[in-house]
Parts: sequence; C-alpha cells; structure tokens
Amino acid sequence: MKQVYLDNAATTMVHKEVVETMNNYYSNLYGNPSSIYDFGQTAKKAITTARESIATVINANPDEVYFTGGGSESDNWAIKGVMSANRKKGNHLITTKMEHHAVLHTCEYLAKNGYEVTYLDVDSDGLISLKELEAAIKDNTVLISIMFANNEIGTIQSVKEIGDLSKRHGVLFHTDAVQAFGHVPIDVKEMNIDLLSASAHKIHGPKGVGMLYIRKGIKIDNLIHGGAQENKKRAGTENVPGICGFARAAEIAMKSMLEKMTFISGLRDRLIKEIPEKIENVKLNGHPTQRLPGNVNFSFEFIEGESLLLYLDMEGIAASSGSACTSGALDPSHVLMAIGLPHEIAHGSLRLSLSEFNTEEDVTYTIDKLIGVVNRLRQMSPLYNRRK
Amino acid sequence: MYTEKVMDHFKNPRNVGEIENADGVGQVGNAKCGDIMKIFLKIDENDIITDVKFLTFGCGSAIASSSMATELIKGKHIDEAVALTNKAVIEALGGLPKVKVHCSVLAEQAVKSALYDYSLKSGKVIAGIENFKPDEDVHDHDDEQL
Repeated sequence: MKQVYLDNAATTMVHKEVVETMNNYYSNLYGNPSSIYDFGQTAKKAITTARESIATVINANPDEVYFTGGGSESDNWAIKGVMSANRKKGNHLITTKMEHHAVLHTCEYLAKNGYEVTYLDVDSDGLISLKELEAAIKDNTVLISIMFANNEIGTIQSVKEIGDLSKRHGVLFHTDAVQAFGHVPIDVKEMNIDLLSASAHKIHGPKGVGMLYIRKGIKIDNLIHGGAQENKKRAGTENVPGICGFARAAEIAMKSMLEKMTFISGLRDRLIKEIPEKIENVKLNGHPTQRLPGNVNFSFEFIEGESLLLYLDMEGIAASSGSACTSGALDPSHVLMAIGLPHEIAHGSLRLSLSEFNTEEDVTYTIDKLIGVVNRLRQMSPLYNRRK
Repeated sequence: MYTEKVMDHFKNPRNVGEIENADGVGQVGNAKCGDIMKIFLKIDENDIITDVKFLTFGCGSAIASSSMATELIKGKHIDEAVALTNKAVIEALGGLPKVKVHCSVLAEQAVKSALYDYSLKSGKVIAGIENFKPDEDVHDHDDEQL
C-alpha cells in the first residue's frame, strides 16, 4: 500500500547522509571529546566544526551555541536558567497561551516556585499583539519567551518586532524555534534574539539532540550540573554522533533553503486551496500566509480527529490532530483553544505537515483519500445533515 | 492501542444509519466533549428489538462501542437490552484503554435513552429504566467504571 508521511512536525526521516556521518562517529571516531589522546581530540574537533555549522543557520557566533539533549531541554534551560540567574532584577516573565508544553509547563513550574508569569492571548490567526506585549512589561520583567513558529497551526510570529521591543525595554527575549530552525531564515543578530531553542529531529537529524543559542554576556544558570563540557554550561559527555548528525542535517537544510521553502510551500498551498474546494464545512487554522512552509491545519466540521487519523492511517497516510481523544486529555489542544475555536471544531482538527521528501503525487493521493474518509465519518455523524 | 475487535468494529461498523419512524430514539453526550451517540430502535409487538441503527460523532472507541452495543441488543427483548452494561460492551470488544472507558458508558446510556423514549411513546413499563434520567450528563472522563 502507498504510504504518505505527513507528520513532519512530529518528527522527520533522518537523511541518509546524516546516518552515514553518525555511523562514523559510532563505529570509528568514538572517543570521548574530553580525552587528551587522538581519539578524544578527533571527536572534540568534530564538535567544534559542528558548532560552526549550527551557528551559521542563525547567524550566531559558534561560542554562543550550546548542545543539549533536545528542544525540551533547551526550553527548560533557557527559562529556568535565565530566571534564576537574574533574580535580582525581578521574577516576572511573559509568554503566550499557545507555547509548546516544554515552555508552558516550565512556566507553570516557576509560577509554583515564586515567579510571576503573564500569558499573552493570541488572535484567531495565532499572532500576539505587540501592544499587549509592551503593556505587559513591568519593572520586574526579566524574560519574554515567545515561540518563533507554532507547531500545530504553523503561524510565524513577527519575531523581529518582538526582539526589537524586548531590546528597547531591556528585557531578554527567548524564542522556541524548534519548528522554524532550518526551515525558514533566522538571524539572531538582526532579529534581536537573546536565546533560541532548536532540535535536530525536526530537520531530518537524529532524536535526542538539540541546542540552545545564548547570546554572549547573558546571565544564565546551569540546568545540568556536573562536568566541564559545553564551556562549563551543560554537563555530560557530548553526544558526538548526535551532534555531528545535527550539524550535517543543518548543512543540508541550509543548502538551497529558499528552493526547498518554495517547493514545500507549493505543496502546502495546493492542500490549502484544494481541500476547501472539494470538502464542505472546513476551516483553515493558523495564519493564511504568515505560516511555516510545511504546515497545513484544517478543522472538519461534524467529525472527530482521532477517528479521522485512524481512517487515514488505513489508507497509509500518517497525520496528526489536536483532538482531545488523541491525547487522552479532556480538552482539545490548548493552541486551538487559544485561537478561539469552539470545542467541537477543535475536536475535528487535522494537521498535515510536509517535508522536502513529499511529492505532488502525495498531495493528490491525500486529498483524494481525505474526501472519502471525511464523507464516511460524516455519514456516521449525528451532527451532519445528510442530504437525501 | 486498540484491540483487534475494537479496530474491526471501528473499520467496519455494524448498523450505521437511521431508522425512519423508529419506535425509540436516544441521544447522549455532547460535541464539546467530543462524542455524541444516537441510537434508533425498531421494536415489534412482542417487545423484541427487530432493528437497531446508530450515528456517532467521536473517536475510534466511541464508534466501536456504538457498533458493538447495537450488535449486543439486536434481536433481544427490551428487558434484556435494558440490562446491557458498559462492562459487557468492553468485554465484547476485548477491552478498551482506560481513558476510553467512558465511550462504553456512553453506549450503555444511549441504549437506555432509546429504550426510555420507547417506554414514553408506547406507555410500556420497562423494568430497570424507571430511574433513567435522559438529560443527565453521563460524560465523565475521569469516571473509571471498570
């Protein structure tokens, strides 16, 4: 049966070249970078080179890039580390209602421990209001943490404007760029970003490795204490194969990024245009244009997301939903709630996330199967007005 | 995640649809919570359920639970149907994940709701339905009824 993988926002296929790079560091160049002999020094050099590749993606200096165990660790470290190191300045941070849980749950944890958190609303497209952000800044505000692009609905924030505003007010700006890194151009200098989280497995790299960019001079406490790795800021023997795989994936992502963006957003725009033409009562979630090249998110009225996913799976299509039933939670996704969707519309959401490995044929096949699956579920739904 | 039986009833649900001029119709659940079940009954003069159909808005286990519940009561006397429990639905499905148990509760309630409607329309007394409250929200995800 044909298989179409449309859940690239969840994770991606690892590039063959990345696997080859990693294998070399598993089987041949397996030394510990902290060791003084050749095995170790070779591994150390590899990390230095990898750091340069990663820095290039966001126009940072290599010594501002710290490798971590993934995007969630980077978010935890950025927020906890900055808040605790700057306690003298204040205890207030600002974020939004539609952040990834790695940010939201970290903020909730801090709120339980004496910190003050402001959660900004977003509009129906998923954008924050710069006016509301500015009004939320107080004397004791230390950090603003706002995601670069949303993982569910794909909306890209006006990051440069947020960075400029933060700088003007002397507040630090962290952005969770896990979905944006390597997918869209990012320039931490031009955008005035102080801290940025990224992950390897969203760009055809390995799972379990990520990075945190920390602008030089920023006060941040350690999250992982122990050895002197990562300039004494993040302990633990470096995941050399993972780091080198991450760097290789980043190099591939940067090579002809604009061409890939054009290709992937072309597939996206076909889905966005053709699905509402062929299926009634659908609603696009997320910003119509200011969105990730690979993100499509629709709500299908009268049906529920989990059954939609399972029926699509029967046709070989892998996708995702913000329905409560897919997570075992009571409420649908907090992101869909934040953009103001009624529960029943949020329950019927479907996210299709594309990569460079998808094809025009995948899109045609998916639309074709989607028509049948949505119709079948609607025929079963008591909410659907079956025309006789 | 789901047993083969659940997947079978989800992929090939039995008794989907509506019955025109049904003798009993019941609907439970709400869209806000993500599942609604509606059951239609055709009942003969001997109080045997000769036909049953369902419509469900909900996840895989909601559809499978509805399908199984209709199978379990088809051809049965109303006194047997009213005794259908969510446990019987779960057993027949070979088990449900804990977070999906409420789907089987909803199926039991949908059957009772349709029988309640029948008892109102026909004036027949069905033992076991007296205390049924058709408007009660049975939809409690935390209520583990296993």
